[in-house]
Amino acid sequence: MFRRSLNRFCAGEEQRVGTRTVFVGNHPVSDTETYIAQRFCDNRIVSSKYTLWNFLPKNLFEQFRRIANFYFLIIFLVQVTVDTPTSPVTSGLPLFFVITVTAIKQGYEDWLRHRADNEVNKSTVYIIENAKRVRKESEKIKVGDVVEVQADETFPCDLILLSSCTTDGTCYVTTASLDGESNCKTHYAVRDTIALCTAESIENLRAAIECEQPQPDLYKFVGRINIYSDSLEAVARSLGPENLLLKGATLKNTKKIYGVAVYTGMETKMALNYQGKSQKRSAVEKSINAFLIVYLFILLTKAAVCTTLKYVWQSNPYNDEPWYNQKTQKERETMKVLKMFTDFLSFMVLFNFIIPVSMYVTVEMQKFLGSFFITWDKDFFDEEINEGALVNTSDLNEELGQVDYVFTDKTGTLTENSMEFIECCIDGHKYKGEIQEVDGLSETDGPLTYFDKADKNREELFLRALCLCHTVEIKTNDTVDGTTESAELTYISSSPDEIALVKGAKKYGFTFLGNRSGYMRIENQRKEIEEYELLHTLNFDSVRRRMSVIVKNEGGDIILFCKGADSAIFPRVQNHEIELTKSHVERNAMDGYRTLCVAFKELTPDDYERINRQLIEAKMSLQDREEKMEKVFDDIETNMNLIGATAVEDKLQDQAAETIEALHAAGLKVWVLTGDKMETAKSTCYACRLFQTSTELLELTSKTIEESERKEDRLHELLIEYRKKLLHEFPKSTRSLKKTWTEHQEYGLIIDGATLSLILNSSQDSSSNNYKSIFLQICMKCTAVLCCRMAPLQKAQIVRMVKNLKGSPITLSIGDGANDVSMILESHVGIGIKGKEGRQAARNSDYSVPKFKHLKKLLLAHGHLYYVRIAHLVQYFFYKNLCFILPQFLYQFFCGFSQQPLYDAAYLTMYNICFTSLPILAYSLLEQHINIDTLTSDPRLYMKISGNAMLQLAPFLYWTFLAAFEGTVFFFGTYFLFQTTSLEENGKVYGNWTFGTIVFTVLVFTVTLKLALDTRFWTWINHFVIWGSLAFYVFFSFFWGGIIWPFLKQQRMYFVFAQMLSSVSIWLAIILLIFISLFPEILLIVLKNVRRKNAKKNLNCRKASDTLSARPSVRPLLLRTFSDESNIL
Amino acid sequence: MTWSAAARGAHQPDNTAFTQQRLPAWQPLLSAGITLPLFFCAGLAFIGLGLGLYYSSNGIKELEYDYTGNPGTGNCSVCAALGEGRAPPPKCSCAWYFSLPELFPGPVYLYYELSNFYQNNRRYGVSRDDAQLSGLQSALRHPANECAPYQFSAAGLPIAPCGAIANSLFNDTFSLWHQRRPGGPYEEVQLDRTAIAWWTDYHVKFRNPPLVNGSLALAFRGTAPPPNWHRPVYELSPDPNNTGFVNQDFVVWMRTAALPTFRKLYARIRQGDYTAGLPRGAYRVNISYNYPVRAFGGHKLIIFSNISWMGGKNPFLGIAYLVVGSLCILVGFVMLVVYIRYQDQNDDDDDDDE
Repeated sequence: MFRRSLNRFCAGEEQRVGTRTVFVGNHPVSDTETYIAQRFCDNRIVSSKYTLWNFLPKNLFEQFRRIANFYFLIIFLVQVTVDTPTSPVTSGLPLFFVITVTAIKQGYEDWLRHRADNEVNKSTVYIIENAKRVRKESEKIKVGDVVEVQADETFPCDLILLSSCTTDGTCYVTTASLDGESNCKTHYAVRDTIALCTAESIENLRAAIECEQPQPDLYKFVGRINIYSDSLEAVARSLGPENLLLKGATLKNTKKIYGVAVYTGMETKMALNYQGKSQKRSAVEKSINAFLIVYLFILLTKAAVCTTLKYVWQSNPYNDEPWYNQKTQKERETMKVLKMFTDFLSFMVLFNFIIPVSMYVTVEMQKFLGSFFITWDKDFFDEEINEGALVNTSDLNEELGQVDYVFTDKTGTLTENSMEFIECCIDGHKYKGEIQEVDGLSETDGPLTYFDKADKNREELFLRALCLCHTVEIKTNDTVDGTTESAELTYISSSPDEIALVKGAKKYGFTFLGNRSGYMRIENQRKEIEEYELLHTLNFDSVRRRMSVIVKNEGGDIILFCKGADSAIFPRVQNHEIELTKSHVERNAMDGYRTLCVAFKELTPDDYERINRQLIEAKMSLQDREEKMEKVFDDIETNMNLIGATAVEDKLQDQAAETIEALHAAGLKVWVLTGDKMETAKSTCYACRLFQTSTELLELTSKTIEESERKEDRLHELLIEYRKKLLHEFPKSTRSLKKTWTEHQEYGLIIDGATLSLILNSSQDSSSNNYKSIFLQICMKCTAVLCCRMAPLQKAQIVRMVKNLKGSPITLSIGDGANDVSMILESHVGIGIKGKEGRQAARNSDYSVPKFKHLKKLLLAHGHLYYVRIAHLVQYFFYKNLCFILPQFLYQFFCGFSQQPLYDAAYLTMYNICFTSLPILAYSLLEQHINIDTLTSDPRLYMKISGNAMLQLAPFLYWTFLAAFEGTVFFFGTYFLFQTTSLEENGKVYGNWTFGTIVFTVLVFTVTLKLALDTRFWTWINHFVIWGSLAFYVFFSFFWGGIIWPFLKQQRMYFVFAQMLSSVSIWLAIILLIFISLFPEILLIVLKNVRRKNAKKNLNCRKASDTLSARPSVRPLLLRTFSDESNIL
Repeated sequence: MTWSAAARGAHQPDNTAFTQQRLPAWQPLLSAGITLPLFFCAGLAFIGLGLGLYYSSNGIKELEYDYTGNPGTGNCSVCAALGEGRAPPPKCSCAWYFSLPELFPGPVYLYYELSNFYQNNRRYGVSRDDAQLSGLQSALRHPANECAPYQFSAAGLPIAPCGAIANSLFNDTFSLWHQRRPGGPYEEVQLDRTAIAWWTDYHVKFRNPPLVNGSLALAFRGTAPPPNWHRPVYELSPDPNNTGFVNQDFVVWMRTAALPTFRKLYARIRQGDYTAGLPRGAYRVNISYNYPVRAFGGHKLIIFSNISWMGGKNPFLGIAYLVVGSLCILVGFVMLVVYIRYQDQNDDDDDDDE
């Protein structure tokens, strides 16, 4: 509740010092003061990165900052400058392709941004200049201009509301485009300017606004307006966020307003909030980089070996320069060291294909295209909000398959966040159920025994409190001024709790009818309208955890109503009243209800005067306003009288429990981080089966630690005790942990914010580290952890703490509110729920889904598949390029280390671009090695890929050795084939290009068929690209060899391919070599399938025998079966 | 596939098989049931093929003679010693005598083999100008830079054909003489020097420059022969269809070999009495020994070979097929054993359909 007011973290660290002074209408306020025009930026929004002329250099610079691109650029430059075996085209063309595609993509995105910017910047606005309405382009607005905005227009910059067409100087605004909240918010004009609702009167206004320098926090604004009139002294009024109209928000239900621009252009709060999220990198990407280094090392080794051997070999003069192969004069004169260096570079160029350019393109494309499957998935579609899943970052698709820890918010994520008023308690008497007409309140017939009613006056007071103490608004449909009250009132509030409470009060006969010019109107049980003057609203914030209103009734009595969390209220009421209510509240909390306590306090006029003064003073202050306000609130909200408590039910989301169970079964650790109180959170955790009934709970809360002097000692004791318990249960090694976790007791940990901060920020530095490590040890041994009473930053702190654990586990955060944004941004994968509390979480997330239950399919099916796909893609890419280059390396031993390429330049270039790229792309988009249905129904499969299993050293070595084996087979197979006079029946002889073409043909077929063997899900697309690629290769080879190409210097490939195919021996050799290369693979697959079948049968047997035993005991057996299976696919 | 997007609202994802990742798919599982017969079939087929290859390779006869002329290896050592350290080596000829106890079945092909000769060296391999060789006038006058140092002669004339490959054209010549009766006269066996190059090379890739006044010599005027050549390119052969760039020996030579030890086709023997092969009797090969190979530690060989459907003698393919075939069958048996063992282990409920 009230989460978004908790938006501290986005305020950013930068504290702009000083204030700015804005002169309304840019009129100097007095003749004495010299008018110094401060320089402010204009109202142009620039979200684009490039301009027309800096696009090329800037974009190129950014692209070449990527290691891989830079590497290819270097290779290309080497090829251009040094005499190298392959033409610069072979690596230049792919690089050019990559760079161009990326540049086009980025250019297009930037063009879209330009267009959006222009749309905003060129839109027409009306400015009051010299008492006339002047039409201008939005970008021309200067700070200090008075802007007129009409209904349904968006504000062109941040404005201070001066006046509106309504008499009370209010206007309604929606901030849907800012934070996704579609409800109307009321903004107020300063009292002294309300009347100025014509252009002329505005013109005569002389005022200066002092306000803080621009800050990104949307909900924070501190300022002061000094209004100078001819005769009087300047009148100073405080300005707060309620006076500020943000750029991007839309004016609703108000005909027009006048406002003065205070922040413009890039200094508006919207622009300041528009920041690219920091790039998150997935574990797979890190693996790719690690592999890259291995391959770079291989490359350098190869080049070094070849260079060394070349000079060893050349030490024999007739090898260096035989009579048939003389050097040019220039070559003879080159320095030997330089020659060795260029030779080294040449070898590097020759072997550079081992690190494929195209892999980056393919990975990018796979991620980009693959993410559409998430958006398209109709299982993620929610009828209610008519939206499906949304992918904000496609870079992390595979990370969804690697999650170890799930951090979830409770309210709105595990629960519906649609509140329902369940019951209330007035003076310790419980009220529940339907209401009777006149009598109003009826007693419950529940299990509780005390049915005596509270005093009628107290009942009414309680209900009035519910009706008055809130910030709910009435949504009026067409009528702007709200004179007609529609029969059906729609309540709008940023907090669903409040609506539930107001609706609850309505059920009991007290209806809130809305605000009218500072008066709150309610209809009581006798259908009379009561009016209360709203004097002050002491807004909710998460530190106080309560809110208050001060109202004055028709009789002139001034009353303060306060509602808030029990912990926030109980210390502030007279002690003797609380016992009954307290027990009631605790029982409610146990049932999983959200409870609020209601208190009131009558204020004498004198008291009120003092309070009023303090409040206004605090509001007016420019510095430390928040702290001052807090202090004043603190003073006011004391010594109250408790009236009662309410219980509101927050329903569990559909299938939340099943999802949590599935996640548990998938080996994930689920932590619930909530701001709610412990009892409520605990019961929710039980309800959604995070805690089983058998789970033993370890509590580290302020309750268990107690309010003793020696808190830390007690904490220390507890920590040690728990650790002992857990260590005793679990043997040391983690391996046995997995197997035994169910044979032992399951543990759950509950910790609250206060204790957490005690652990994390303990006073003694040495012991704090100690606490932290003990705490982490405990956490890691627990199957479920509940953290309650968490502030948003603490949530992020916990995520960061787990992220930095040994083995750096992958974390996922899911939440729906603004208070979850910090943890969403902090964790590896952030998932936003498109919930009721606005869209901030969804906007800042990497993925957003409508419901918590969608997490199951997102992780178990999509995440798993994406991971398997991309892991295979990466391994395959390195594999196929090692296969490709190894024969070339071996050939150097037979051509005098002269950097003679084995393959023709066209083949070198086309191999990665055309011949072998599409099948793997199709595979990496479509492969389902296990059906989606199986994946979702059997969460244990998720464990098979945990810990980046497919990109560990073992699979990597397997692929590398496979590639080395195949490359050797290709080369030496062909080598032995060539140990003959002729391969044709007419005795003719083949040359080196035929040799290379045979190797290349075997290579292309082998790597494609290898992929075909790996493909377990053959859609027509797979068929098309796999067979199509092979056909294309054959077709291209004929074509390439069939024509004398005028642009080629050497017609090396002329008819080589066709001539090659005229030999029966070569046909047979190609078939044989392909078969030999694939033989180990086929063998492995068959063996695996036999085992899989066997395992499956065993599993079925065990399942059958275990059906009667308790569910948890099934786990270790299954675990063993699955962990035995090889991870290599 | 149904396109129901319009009916369900704009935001509703398309419910197509593709977008829902439910495309109909073939999900093959290489189970033992399928692969075992496959292994046996493949094994048998491979063994069959291997046997065929092995026997046809074994049926091929090869007769080779190393005439490098290392001291004490025959009469070519005289020539070798004569040419030692002299460039160009003096004209010299030697001979190789051999006798065939039985018919050397035809068609017989005559190859020469060079070893330790790096035709696949990159500097060597790029040292040619295919444009020049295709008869392009401009390239004739301006050979490609890759040809250097065989681009221009010392006199500054463009070399045609330019480049190291052309310069090092193999210039030993052989003639075969047959003594029908012991002590009788040697008769020359006709060597067919045509159609030894690839058809496309000879007919398309290599072209002479257009004749000037009907004369090839004039077409080449203003060019110099490669420095190691004794005669200009247009005098390679008196046959007008076999001279210039389209000389068959030259074309064969210009197709650079893959490995440092290579064989190139010299001639075919298929004329007259020798269509069925070389009959038994004594033979002499007259060798004009010009080509220096000892300078780079190489050898040169002369080889008579006949050819089968699979080409020349090459036991590798047959043996490889046999080995792989037997391996297939072996693995098949092992798998069968494994399979049956597993089958025994869980024979009772065989309701698994995969």
